[in-house]
Amino acid sequence: MKHSELSVTFNKDEDRVDWHDQTLWWVRQKRDKAAFQLPEWELLRETASQIKHNVLGNLHDYLVQFEANALKNGITVHWAADADEHNRIVHNILSKHGVQKMVKSKSMLTEECHLNDYLAENGIEVIDTDLGERIVQLREEPPSHIVLPAIHLKKEDVGETFHVHLGTEKGNKDPVYLTAAAREHLREKFLTRKAALTGVNFAIAETGEFVVCTNEGNADMGAHLADVHIACMGFEKIIPKREHLGVFLRLLARSATGQPITTYSSHFKKPREGQEMHIVIVDNGRSTQLGREDFRNSLKCIRCGACMNTCPVYRRSGGHSYHNAVAGPIGSILAPNLDMSKNADLPFASTLCGSCTNVCPVKIDIHDQLYKWRQVLVKEGHADPVKKLGMQAMTFTLSHPKVYQNGGKIGRWFMKNTPFLVNNSLNPWYKQRDMPEPPKESFREWYLKNR
Amino acid sequence: MSRENILAGIKKNQPENRVLPVLTGLNQSTYNPLEQFKTVLQGIGGEAIEVGNYQEIKDIIAKNYQSSDRIITTLPDFGDIAENNWQTEDPHTLENVELCIIRAHFGVAENSALWVTEDILGLRVAPFICQNLAVIIPKNEIEPTMHEAYKRIAMAEYGFGTFIAGPSKTADIEQSLVLGAHGSKSMVVFLVG
Repeated sequence: MKHSELSVTFNKDEDRVDWHDQTLWWVRQKRDKAAFQLPEWELLRETASQIKHNVLGNLHDYLVQFEANALKNGITVHWAADADEHNRIVHNILSKHGVQKMVKSKSMLTEECHLNDYLAENGIEVIDTDLGERIVQLREEPPSHIVLPAIHLKKEDVGETFHVHLGTEKGNKDPVYLTAAAREHLREKFLTRKAALTGVNFAIAETGEFVVCTNEGNADMGAHLADVHIACMGFEKIIPKREHLGVFLRLLARSATGQPITTYSSHFKKPREGQEMHIVIVDNGRSTQLGREDFRNSLKCIRCGACMNTCPVYRRSGGHSYHNAVAGPIGSILAPNLDMSKNADLPFASTLCGSCTNVCPVKIDIHDQLYKWRQVLVKEGHADPVKKLGMQAMTFTLSHPKVYQNGGKIGRWFMKNTPFLVNNSLNPWYKQRDMPEPPKESFREWYLKNR
Repeated sequence: MSRENILAGIKKNQPENRVLPVLTGLNQSTYNPLEQFKTVLQGIGGEAIEVGNYQEIKDIIAKNYQSSDRIITTLPDFGDIAENNWQTEDPHTLENVELCIIRAHFGVAENSALWVTEDILGLRVAPFICQNLAVIIPKNEIEPTMHEAYKRIAMAEYGFGTFIAGPSKTADIEQSLVLGAHGSKSMVVFLVG
């Protein structure tokens, strides 16, 4: 299904759409408030963008350096060309230890690779431990936002889900009560699982360590109690030096939720005594994207989600309408690289208003890339046939002045005299809105009278 | 095998090198670090208490915890009110800890984060698995921003280190902020001096 079709489903419940829209805008406003407190904010963004640019130009050497230092630190390093290899590597590590149950903290990469499904098929149970991710996992849904995985749900939904799966009181939707129930439920998992998987926010070439940021403490609870810690990262997570964390950690949480920093910013350098630590470095199309000059800047992304919170299309269509692990504007410029024909609709799910670009902490030119992807997709033959037909009709009309003039006149006459012909469900512009009043005359007619 | 292919692909496709930016002028703060630290900590759900000496801390803890509560510490000075011989145990044995008392290397004013490393945690899981966390730092050990923080730890050697800023929290249920997700439910910082 395409973005436009999936949005129709989301838009059925108007109150919920309004709530979703306002809630994400509220998160965007918290981001603004946090950003405006720092006079150096714009300099920080520019600095972060330049650091990431340096990273893109030196990825080969930084990765080699990172690997050498990680090995020195006693960490095992694996390389995965694609999702399938990534999943097999994780499975092999777990099999070697006879692990059948694992806890996992948030990792969009493992969503991208569909690791949970792969492991389930191989008889391994994965418990997602981020509260939002656990909620959607129990509901057998994917996350709808990279930072706020359950933002599409209301507390009534969570109350019902927990009643069914965790045995909480029926009808109780108090977030404090529900969070306490999840805390108890997941504590038991942390205490009994032998393996923990985490994502990676930043990997430092200079030291061979990696940093994982959470508010809940779930990554740390999993990793510090498990015998085996597996950390999975896309290779673009690398940064040159520890001192660069100062820049990124100042930007990340402020951009994401308006917090000055996440509760925990954990630096994993060596496995603890008796523990095994693995890092899986994943390509999965990233080296191809690196070679696309127009699109390589998308690899600067630090996954804060600010572009989603501000996007007028995301806020009103919901994360699931993007049918990709990463939704919203950034997802729409990453997804076509993964599968052009499957994700050809996503760069069109935008008004190109540019708000995403304005809030991006690493200054990715997101809306320009959305526009450029459209050109690429049309050239490669992935244009929507209806849209193509419309464009051809428009080209014809605009290049024949007489047709244009008469077309406008006819259109206005119909809108005025037979509004039911335009205000019906066959007209996609009529969805969720009324058509405007037709003007009495066109500008051309007015000009001919008044010049 | 994938390693060589991936690295070759990257080498072929990576853009030209651009120099790293200098990290100067990034702290334009004008606040008093201690006051900012206290204000921000309150804003993120923690509590800052200024004390003159360790005895005051012990009195406050005695008032707030019962003798049946399991309290642990890595600080020898607190050996009279807390266990301090658990560091070599299995980390799972800390599951019933009510309060964990540790020190931090320093704090950061802009976000109230406290830098702690494995050597002062005893066990890595200690500040996460405890129900409540108390951290002690000298009042004059507050850096203005993360840049000064990383200058301090640029060359530091550790197996594990973390910045902790307030109690664990979540807003995953309808954006309602709830303290006490998986880590500690409360965090108090004793500023000594």
